[in-house]
Amino acid sequence: MSTTTLASAKPETAPQEPLALRLAALDLPVGGFTRAARADALTRLQAMGLPKGRDEYWRYTNPAAFNQPQPNALPVDESVLDSPLFTSIDRLRLVFVDGRFDAAASDELKGEGLEIASLATADAQADHWAAGVYGKLETAGQTPVARPFAALNTLAATDGVLIRVTGKVSRPVHLVYRRSDPLADVHLHHVLKLEAGSELTLLETGMVGARSNAVIEADLAKGAQLHHIAAKRAGYQKVGISQIFARVDAEALFKSFNLQVNGTLMRNESVLEIVGDDAVAHIAAAVLGDGRVGPFHQDDTVFITHAAERCESRQVYKKVLKSGARGVFQGKILVKPGAQKTDGYQISQALLLDDDSEFLAKPELEIYADDVKCSHGSTTGALDETALFYLRSRGVPKERATVLLVLSFLAAALEEVDDLRLRDEISERLDEWLTSRASELDPSGNGASAKA
Amino acid sequence: MLEIKNLHAELEDGGKQILKGVNLTVPAGQVHAIMGPNGSGKSTLSYVLSGRDGYEVTEGEATLDGQALLDMEPEERAAAGLFLAFQYPVEIPGVGNLTFLRTAVNAQRKARGEEELTAAEFLKVVREKAKSLNIDAEMLKRPVNVGFSGGEKKRNEILQMAMLEPRMCILDETDSGLDVDAMRLVAEGVNALRSPDRAFLVITHYQRLLDHIKPDVVHIMFDGRIIKTGGPELALEVEQNGYGELLAEVQ
Repeated sequence: MSTTTLASAKPETAPQEPLALRLAALDLPVGGFTRAARADALTRLQAMGLPKGRDEYWRYTNPAAFNQPQPNALPVDESVLDSPLFTSIDRLRLVFVDGRFDAAASDELKGEGLEIASLATADAQADHWAAGVYGKLETAGQTPVARPFAALNTLAATDGVLIRVTGKVSRPVHLVYRRSDPLADVHLHHVLKLEAGSELTLLETGMVGARSNAVIEADLAKGAQLHHIAAKRAGYQKVGISQIFARVDAEALFKSFNLQVNGTLMRNESVLEIVGDDAVAHIAAAVLGDGRVGPFHQDDTVFITHAAERCESRQVYKKVLKSGARGVFQGKILVKPGAQKTDGYQISQALLLDDDSEFLAKPELEIYADDVKCSHGSTTGALDETALFYLRSRGVPKERATVLLVLSFLAAALEEVDDLRLRDEISERLDEWLTSRASELDPSGNGASAKA
Repeated sequence: MLEIKNLHAELEDGGKQILKGVNLTVPAGQVHAIMGPNGSGKSTLSYVLSGRDGYEVTEGEATLDGQALLDMEPEERAAAGLFLAFQYPVEIPGVGNLTFLRTAVNAQRKARGEEELTAAEFLKVVREKAKSLNIDAEMLKRPVNVGFSGGEKKRNEILQMAMLEPRMCILDETDSGLDVDAMRLVAEGVNALRSPDRAFLVITHYQRLLDHIKPDVVHIMFDGRIIKTGGPELALEVEQNGYGELLAEVQ
């Protein structure tokens, strides 16, 4: 695939402007079947510009590290192997190194009920089924909230996976991310098209790049089911933004769970649009941040639109924060006129293990139908002293008791993973991870008192 | 077995004195009851003995089989053989009852230098003991106390006690919130654990629990002190006349 800089062909942006500098630092692909979508993304991006701290959806998260032209170097640790998660189950492995598909390291791109290709390969062609999705859901998700990095991704994506599902695929597709370049500035763009009645489980593990910008566009036709589980590793200095745009048609089921541990600046935007009746969309995250080694800032921004009747949406966000870690949650449910019998639920909770950490939550409901049930809750609290004493009074040592209570706090998010094998694996890994750090989790002193 | 001498304790927060010189000896094999009006310090005594945060011991001592309890962490007291059945057992979502029980049993065994139970050994024992307390397999799998009725929670406390086999059991208002049938079931569980090597301290407001768990000695607590000690008839006296007369007599 040939690459030229589209950015240089846009006289209306003065070169000293941040966006122009940002674009000038990238090798922008011209694209084959994506060409029109990329050109459109450039136009849209130029109209919206890069985010500024005063933008409503960037008030709690400083976009500077995403805006700067070059990523900060993030040393590659050769000793870090692939995540042990999900290795025991039969799955189709696709390996990406610095955001480039590595065919030699991956399984063969085939499976019953699956049509699968890498974006880079497919984009050498002028026509592809993915043209009907690529950039389309992202564009739809720009209203009413602008998401410049998603548009940037559509413009700049160099690779990704395009999966069309026509049957009930029992073997999960596992995207394994690896790094080799300490300066890799990765734009990954995945497209999932689930035809009527089809099923897919998508797993993601590993670290995408020194700085990463990832987009998933998922189009679920009637009765389709997508289970998405991401446990992307983030080093202490990792900077990354990922965006998921899903369109959920009638009777379809969309479920996404994200496990996030560490990271200097992590932002996840989830834009779900429920367009058919009786559909279900759940999104959940378990987040653990420790600011002791480096700064930790993690932001989940969710926008769920109900545009059909009798649909259910559920947001479950749980964050464990310590040593100056900062967690952000901005979650919105929009119920459009006519979306009667909507059942919307949202909960965001933070467990602060000390007085230095911070959780900022902005739950929003906007409802234009009169027969709906929508609830939301947000809490911030310390470890429950009574529960801690209860466990210790049974002989459970303090460190183990603390780990059990942290796992207990995260449990409701993990329960959003339907496949028990996967859920248990995540739970065991979390237990190991927490146990190895148990002495640091100890809430010295009385911890933070509950805040509203 | 349990020796409490001149125990004084106050709230860490604010310094309000609650225990004002408790003296109490519970020999092995006996059941002692502590009764007293609200605010007399009964629950505080159980918390101070088991090591809950928030209290400061200002004077006195407490020993279990000669070991000084008050310097130990709560988990060390548990491993030494102390058990507190909570008035309000705590719900712990996401942690299975069985996992919790096994963690507790093995943590104590490890602390005592004993071999840990394998999953199979543990299951065999726990099923047996659960059965006698009418605790079914489903209740064992559920998260600790989550969605349990009041009676189920208290039975779960007794199951923990049966599994942990403590030397000294403190029951803090175990009868509160129980109907007659549930109370009988709990009492039967406790009675089954009575042995010459084990002692019980039963804290209660009412005589009715003591109809089922027959005490050897009854203590009346008031204003942070044991003000009267007697046989089971003392509990009946309180039941009939209330505390007023007793207090007047002592003061």
